[in-house]
Amino acid sequence: MSDILQALSDYRPYLWEGLQVTLQLSLGGVAVAIVVSVVLGLAAISPLPVLPVVSRVIVEFFRGTSLVVQLFFLYYVLPPLGLDLGPVGAGIVGLGLNYGAYGSEVVRGSLNAVPKGQWETTLALSMSWPLKVRRVVWPQAWALMLPGLNNLTVMLVKGTAVALLLGLHDLTYWADEMRKDPDVGLWTAYGIVFLLYYLIALACSSGLRLLERRAQRRLGLRADVAVTDRATAEAVA
Amino acid sequence: MEFDPNAAFEAVGPLLAAFLQVTLLVTVLGSIIAAALGLVWAIGRRELPRIPGAILAWILDVVRMTPLPLQLLFGMAVVTELDGFRRFGDIEPTTLLTYLGIVVFGIHYSTYMAESYRAGIESIRQGQWEAATALSLPRRRTWRAVIIPQALRATLPSLGNWAIAMFKDTPFLIVITVPEMVSEAERIGGASFKYTETFAVAGLIFLAASYPTAVLMRKLEKKLAY
Amino acid sequence: MPTETAPDPTGAGSSETGPRIVMENVRKQFGKNVVLDDLNFSVDRGERVTLIGPSGSGKTTILRLLMTLEELTGGYIYVDGEPLTHAKRGERRVKLRSGEVSRIRRRIGMVFQQFNLFPNMSVLENITEAPIHVLGRSKDQARADALDLLDQVGLKDRAQAHPTQLSGGQQQRVAIARALAMEPEILLLDEVTSALDPELVGDVLQVLRDVARNTDITMLIVTHEMQFAQDVSHRVLMFDQGHIIEEASPQVMFTAPQHERTQQFLQAVL
Repeated sequence: MSDILQALSDYRPYLWEGLQVTLQLSLGGVAVAIVVSVVLGLAAISPLPVLPVVSRVIVEFFRGTSLVVQLFFLYYVLPPLGLDLGPVGAGIVGLGLNYGAYGSEVVRGSLNAVPKGQWETTLALSMSWPLKVRRVVWPQAWALMLPGLNNLTVMLVKGTAVALLLGLHDLTYWADEMRKDPDVGLWTAYGIVFLLYYLIALACSSGLRLLERRAQRRLGLRADVAVTDRATAEAVA
Repeated sequence: MEFDPNAAFEAVGPLLAAFLQVTLLVTVLGSIIAAALGLVWAIGRRELPRIPGAILAWILDVVRMTPLPLQLLFGMAVVTELDGFRRFGDIEPTTLLTYLGIVVFGIHYSTYMAESYRAGIESIRQGQWEAATALSLPRRRTWRAVIIPQALRATLPSLGNWAIAMFKDTPFLIVITVPEMVSEAERIGGASFKYTETFAVAGLIFLAASYPTAVLMRKLEKKLAY
Repeated sequence: MPTETAPDPTGAGSSETGPRIVMENVRKQFGKNVVLDDLNFSVDRGERVTLIGPSGSGKTTILRLLMTLEELTGGYIYVDGEPLTHAKRGERRVKLRSGEVSRIRRRIGMVFQQFNLFPNMSVLENITEAPIHVLGRSKDQARADALDLLDQVGLKDRAQAHPTQLSGGQQQRVAIARALAMEPEILLLDEVTSALDPELVGDVLQVLRDVARNTDITMLIVTHEMQFAQDVSHRVLMFDQGHIIEEASPQVMFTAPQHERTQQFLQAVL
């Protein structure tokens, strides 16, 4: 225990730096991913003729080509073309696009899972598409999509460890640096960082769980574990 | 900057070789380990007494919620610490690290597959357990003959989807210097400055392998649904 | 866009006098399965017509076609003399633009078998949502109207309740109030008591009897409650396999049906 406290105090500035990089990528990535999920998810169910197809192609492209390949593309290929996002920018955009594509599958699935009778009723009340989506369908889909988005958020936080491949000094980098210090050692170094990641993921997950409970209570629903798991696995495949 | 089809064409051979030798190997063996371990965890969580069960659940949570690259580096550090490279002196270090990668991927994704199994097991109606009890089936037999076959049916597409997700995570092997496809692409790109072409080919190979499999899983899911 | 008015089958045009609804050669297929075949009938203003018949005979499909929840396979539907979804242009049958469709659809309301209350809104919000955002009513006005309607259906004290806190019968009464809040000229009732426990049916039917007595809304009713049908409707249509096989006043239909299939059907349900 004293080893851990000693290591924590010795490496505090470095761990703080690593934590900042990890959190920056996480928050930035989640923000981009949310926008991408919502835009592509709504496009997928829009009544306009081309949008669903365009959304489908974009989603399949980003789901299919692997996060690391996309990141390297942003990191190596774009700068010579005059678009230099920098490593943090590339990380945020890459994570956001990739997890946003997964997220859009969850959003689309949830919008489609809102019972058909609800859609039919909005028609019987002559509601326009934006009105029915905003006021009736989305609030119900929201409760359905939160469990899946929760899983994806945790995955995105873990995904920030790609920072390593972009030459950034995130938590994972510092775990391996600390390990090399004989005063700290393997178990303490990794023990600390495993715990830090776990706590970040737990914080995100608990926050979203709170939203989820609230949304479900408002609709008088309960989440179905089997459905959530299946939907997540399908989204990331 | 122009897209050079020749450079792309030349990259196909080496990238496919790396794909078959490393990427596919890790995915297939890793999935098998993950599927087997995942089932063990899922049964363990139902059968273990309260405290050990809770400990198992917590460990699985930690493994599931921490990054793969961190776990790969940790695995490599453990092998180094235990002097593994000298002890297995007759195995090439790269090969040894590939094995390590397979084990780490298998363990990491077993925690996801355990969740899928759990969902599959929970979806089985209580009546099935009760019927097995009414027939005085032993617990072991109930699992093997009644629960697992039904749960598997509900779980199989999810397992397949996690395997695809694992497949797309294989480039993380770069952090422990295993020469999988994307690190090959980075190497070739770096040597010729044809990053666009090589990464495009690598991305297309991923897409070509994962998209049809994902479609297949969706079909399978429809077919297996009761 | 000025439209060439379709040749009006009634000759009445979009006036105050012609029939409210006209079905002309209406045909509906799901895949190869023909549900309605060459159907012709009309409903007058203020008339209440009940559709009866065995399940699968096409009654509900007629309501869903009128609500534009299903697309017509062939033929025409006119509301107040105006084509609803398809119009005749000489010999051609053309689909109307969605703006045109929704203008006419606004005169029609529907109550569903499964109530379909919005679970993300309170009872009051369920009723005021469309009047505010579709009809452009002020919030205060919509609220006052909604409370009035809730009073009529006997649920004024549940205005702030959540739909899941209500019994099925109460939910359905809210759904009726919600449909009425849009002040429809035509109200479609699709087996509105079929999903209810027997002891809850009475209150819902009583509300509908009141609506029938106090308004002149044209109603198309699909129901298995024959006593209710007899009480409120001016006319009953018996459906079988996509055709109207008998048409009569309720008194005649329920006491002296002519067609053999009608006799069998009524014997089975009464």
